[in-house]
Amino acid sequence: MNSAASRNADTPLLEIRDLAITFSTQNGPVNAVRNAHLTIMPGETVAIVGESGSGKSTTALAAIGLLPSNGRVSGGQIIFDGEDITNVSEKRIIELRGNSIGMVPQDPMSNLNPVWKIGFQVKETLKANGLDGANSKERVAEVLAEAGLPDAANRAKQYPHEFSGGMRQRALIAIGLACRPRLLIADEPTSALDVTVQRQILDHLDRMTTELGTAVLLITHDLGLAAERAEKVVVMYKGQVVESGPALEILRNPQHPYTQRLVNSAPSLASRRLKSSKVTQAPAEAVSVAEPAPSSAPAEGRKPAGKGENLIEVRNLTKVFKLRGALGKGTDFKAVDDVSFNVKRGTTMAIVGESGSGKSTVAQMALSLLSPTEGSILFDGVEVNTLKSKALFDFRRRVQPIFQDPYGSLDPMFNIYRTIEEPLKIHKIGDSKSREKRVRELLDQVSMPAATMHRFPNELSGGQRQRIAIARALALNPDVIICDEAVSALDVLVQAQVLNLLTDLQAELGLTYLFITHDLAVVRQIADDVCVMQKGRIVETATTDEVFSNPRQKYTQDLLGAIPGATLLV
Amino acid sequence: MSENLTPETEPAQPVAPAARQGKTSSRVIEHFVAPLEDTPLAAVDKVDNTAAPLSLWADAWRNLRKQPLFIISALLIVLVVVVAGFPQWFASVDPTSCDLANSAEGARAGHPLGFTLQGCDVYSRMIYGTRASLTVGVLTTIGVLVIGGTMGALAGYYGGWLDAILARLGDIFFALPLILGAIVINQLPAFRDNRSVWTVVVALVLFGWPQIARITRGAVLENRNADFVTASKALGLSRFSALVRHVIPNSLAPIIVVASISLGTFIVAEATLSFLGLGLPGSVMSWGNDISAAQPQVRNNPGVLLWPALALSITVLSFIMLGDALRDALDPKARKR
Repeated sequence: MNSAASRNADTPLLEIRDLAITFSTQNGPVNAVRNAHLTIMPGETVAIVGESGSGKSTTALAAIGLLPSNGRVSGGQIIFDGEDITNVSEKRIIELRGNSIGMVPQDPMSNLNPVWKIGFQVKETLKANGLDGANSKERVAEVLAEAGLPDAANRAKQYPHEFSGGMRQRALIAIGLACRPRLLIADEPTSALDVTVQRQILDHLDRMTTELGTAVLLITHDLGLAAERAEKVVVMYKGQVVESGPALEILRNPQHPYTQRLVNSAPSLASRRLKSSKVTQAPAEAVSVAEPAPSSAPAEGRKPAGKGENLIEVRNLTKVFKLRGALGKGTDFKAVDDVSFNVKRGTTMAIVGESGSGKSTVAQMALSLLSPTEGSILFDGVEVNTLKSKALFDFRRRVQPIFQDPYGSLDPMFNIYRTIEEPLKIHKIGDSKSREKRVRELLDQVSMPAATMHRFPNELSGGQRQRIAIARALALNPDVIICDEAVSALDVLVQAQVLNLLTDLQAELGLTYLFITHDLAVVRQIADDVCVMQKGRIVETATTDEVFSNPRQKYTQDLLGAIPGATLLV
Repeated sequence: MSENLTPETEPAQPVAPAARQGKTSSRVIEHFVAPLEDTPLAAVDKVDNTAAPLSLWADAWRNLRKQPLFIISALLIVLVVVVAGFPQWFASVDPTSCDLANSAEGARAGHPLGFTLQGCDVYSRMIYGTRASLTVGVLTTIGVLVIGGTMGALAGYYGGWLDAILARLGDIFFALPLILGAIVINQLPAFRDNRSVWTVVVALVLFGWPQIARITRGAVLENRNADFVTASKALGLSRFSALVRHVIPNSLAPIIVVASISLGTFIVAEATLSFLGLGLPGSVMSWGNDISAAQPQVRNNPGVLLWPALALSITVLSFIMLGDALRDALDPKARKR
């Protein structure tokens, strides 16, 4: 197959010219892609970068004839290896799929059929392309082994639920490359995975496609990742290609204002903490805007805490979950194991870890939504877990959460006004007139127009919903906001906007943040101190600068090394 | 289970360092920049203020009013309700003034559908029978919603032993067929001697609530761990208030769908019971009673049986169609977001 590739080394493998894609929707036709053009040479890796809704996946799906039924190519040409496949017959496209153009889909959790063994699903692909022979079993094992699955022959007999996320993605890569396609379309192949796994998978994909001479069309929202993995980067915005060129050139010398914006706000490329543009004084001085809670009676063991001192002290926190086993044979699972840290007033503490590290459990306990098995959490010198109803009610006023999923954290039945007013109502603050004034003020603080008040969450974008969630959290003038992956579900530019907002609010209101995230790049932008968690334990605690310049633990070093694009700009 | 999971990362695999530097191509790659006027740069994440604000319900309504299924069923239901409320607007003949002289007569002026064996006007009885059927249907649905909804919501929200007890209780009642159970209950002396709309409603509610309880429990389970519920608890809302203010309103859609479909089936159940002589007393005019009375003449005068049966079918069909239309409009999966 390499001979074919080398024969045409100078003609493009895939060429998309002036592509336009139209979706027919209830509200009339929508032009999802306009005038898109890109060229992939044999063996080349090209990345399409863009925010959600920019048309990057749609463009790639059109190349393999997998547009949703309401979408169609309304203009332009798609040429694969000299053949115009724009409106080619279904039969021909099916011939091309698999053995000429392979695909690795985005979500490893939902793209393997849970009722079939992995081996069967690989064989299915081989069969569909007429590549299964007498030795199909060996072939399946071979393909899986190539994708980096250890002990592949036995693994092929397992079901998808027995595989971890990273292993599933390897199986999907194996399926995508099983028939030796000349072009592989990888649609956000690693965005659902932890960074260290992401790095391994991408390294492996890189090595494999280089060996096989496969061209790759990589679709990603992460400019850093694109620049690191591809020779050529295509930036899409609102269904159009706004800039394309050599990867490093685009990164170092972006021409189009949108690309400049992307480069400026890509968290993986940022190298310092965000500073508020509004307030210049140190945030630690701007405290005590919040009304003091009446319940802060001195408890035993209270430190002589002044301003800038520890607001939250976590001591030897442990949480054990009982996992239900067969007939009473429950096993204990230590989600959080002997965790201690302090959060200083007016600063940001980040807890970083990969999925399953127990970081969210810590957040739940700090919010007093979950009671710890052992250990204590002191908030302003008062033990949180023994708080009785009245004192707990006052504690709620001072500590507020912001959650990850912007689509789940606002009640879809409440309009924005009721959403933000709810905390004031619960705590019986003010009358309806003063409450309305406060809601307007809060909307202004999170830079949302006051007219948004009458809208419902389903009319807002993810970033806007997240800003509303921040407004709701701010309504009671809290001291602490606990952000549980608050920006992970957002596009890069929106993420930067929300992070800037959080920084400004901290400077303005003297807020203290406990910031839970899996993304070290975000940590550098927002945090003063960092705890790195692994498997329920804290492996490293230090200031952000220290962690980034001089990570002491191997695990922290791995995490840092896995940030895509981290080594490119500097 | 977890022992079988493959390790997420492999230990100590040498990583190709070259990839970390970024790739450069030996080919010449043109640096293309689109002219700015082609794609004007919009502000990041700007709020779209153009469309009118829409709640979920308003959105569902906008969807519904374009659906022929909804328009037809809604018109039919409005008609049925008006007929039930003001039968005298539709029939001028008194349905109870029967004259044996007219026994089993055919249609004639003023009496478009002919007469029953007792000499009563078929059309008039059909119109006046609407009220009893609809009353039973609506009252039973309300009763089922209150009992089943409460049970299901509490079971789903609090879980644990309460759920175990309520769910098993529901299963026991679920295992008893609606009609069979109602027949048995209506034969009890207390019910047999005081037959009225209320005895039928009580019997049907007693065996009809588990379905709504199941649907409610499922919907509540889906919503009780939503982030917005956690958020409201973190704001200081009590557990029960969170159920009432956030969980239940978000669980209403599937309950409304099932309720409107079961309203139709309750009307059928009432007719079945009356047909068997165990439902409404003979003094109350209802389609079931009329069908029952027309049974002996089904061969020589089928019209007498046909008309009340047709009215019954159309009413039930329109409620089931309404349920289908509502399901399409309220189904979250059918929505774009």
